[in-house]
Amino acid sequence: MAIKSLHARHKDLAQTNRQLEILNGGPFTDGELPRFEDKIAETGHFPLRPGKLEILQINVGYMCNQVCEHCHVDAGPDRKEIMTRETMEQCLEVIRHTGAHTLDLTGGAPEMNPDFRWFVDEASKAGIEDFIVRSNLTIIRANKKYYDLPEFFKSHNVHIISSMPHYTRGKTDKQRGEGVFDKSIKALQELNAVGYGLPDGKLRLDLVYNPSGAFLPGDQAALERDFKIALKEDFGIYFHNLFAITNLPIARFLDYLIASENYEDYMFALVEAYNPVAVENVMCTNTISVSWDGWLYDCDFNQMLGLKVASKIKHIKDYNEDVLNDREILISQHCYGCTAGAGSSCQGKTT
Amino acid sequence: MANSYYESADLRKFGKITEWSEELGNKFFDYYGKVFEEGALTAREKSLIALAVAHVVKCPYCIDAYTQDGLQKGITKEEMMESVHVGAAIESGATLVHGVQMMNKYNKLSM
Repeated sequence: MAIKSLHARHKDLAQTNRQLEILNGGPFTDGELPRFEDKIAETGHFPLRPGKLEILQINVGYMCNQVCEHCHVDAGPDRKEIMTRETMEQCLEVIRHTGAHTLDLTGGAPEMNPDFRWFVDEASKAGIEDFIVRSNLTIIRANKKYYDLPEFFKSHNVHIISSMPHYTRGKTDKQRGEGVFDKSIKALQELNAVGYGLPDGKLRLDLVYNPSGAFLPGDQAALERDFKIALKEDFGIYFHNLFAITNLPIARFLDYLIASENYEDYMFALVEAYNPVAVENVMCTNTISVSWDGWLYDCDFNQMLGLKVASKIKHIKDYNEDVLNDREILISQHCYGCTAGAGSSCQGKTT
Repeated sequence: MANSYYESADLRKFGKITEWSEELGNKFFDYYGKVFEEGALTAREKSLIALAVAHVVKCPYCIDAYTQDGLQKGITKEEMMESVHVGAAIESGATLVHGVQMMNKYNKLSM
């Protein structure tokens, strides 16, 4: 379990260009594995271009109360990158006029941004169909000032999506830190108590599962079934859907893969599991990702790799949906993570 | 030539056996894939059976493959180890039950 971000530890991999060097090297240089662009070209998907914009995903800061071993954001308490109210104002202007039906707030722990509640309050007035906050659950129990978050979310009809790597304590704490499981369980029970996640309830509560190690997620429906049975039987917890998400080989997960000598096998596994059908629905074709400082990206992963959109419009202050939608999506070998098996996105499988 | 009989990277090449006998290879992989689909048994239950058998037939490739498959299916290490014990119990039971044959023969030959 890491206690500090790669940034705070001044690790080589805190540099995005170093990550891209690794991703483009190794088995992809000598033709042992096909490059992602060649693979998608086989079915005429290169260059990859956006379809209709559906999801506006805003990262309000990299600060987090947890330091998860697999985190692609390299988030943690030591990260100081936080969205300012000025950038939030620029985002709100976009939210009020976007054609997207979903607004997705993420982080870090978005709740740690000092202007988070003001932002949610303002954004919820825009009347977007699906307003998601990605909450790590433990934040709700981290400090008294967060105890009322379930009520706050409810009063704004926010859709909660939370990470829960396993329904057993051991696996959860190994990935996310000592005590995370018990706090997460308590937080889920509190969300249930105000009406979240109930079988016929309107307050949406979904869970995200991502593997706690160098392997791919199994069948989403089977995992959802196992999670539902175990969480209900052991803790009386209800939730709606489980999203199985593949860990992409960037940031701390890449660091882990290399340190544990699993990197090459993992890339082989991703390429072997390549599913051309998943390419048609990769999330970068329907999502725009906004960083804490207002820059625009094809997805949250490209944001973490510092790959700004290949468009004249690169910043939220200049936002123009039509111009932005007419662009080529930037890809590298990490993209194989979204096309493996049943496909993977922030909304779970894509096929 | 590799200087070891088992190379972990060879598992990735399993599919290549089809190249030297296409029809039989394809039939085997079709059958294999079908066997592990959800049926009267869940894919999770099948994975645990496969892990136990992998140990009994002492196939390092299969052990790697079904440990990974178990992780993917959210199977815990306690469940995996219990399945190995099931395989071990049957295997040692199969040895020991032959003890009855030994006893029969012993009794037959003895006055």
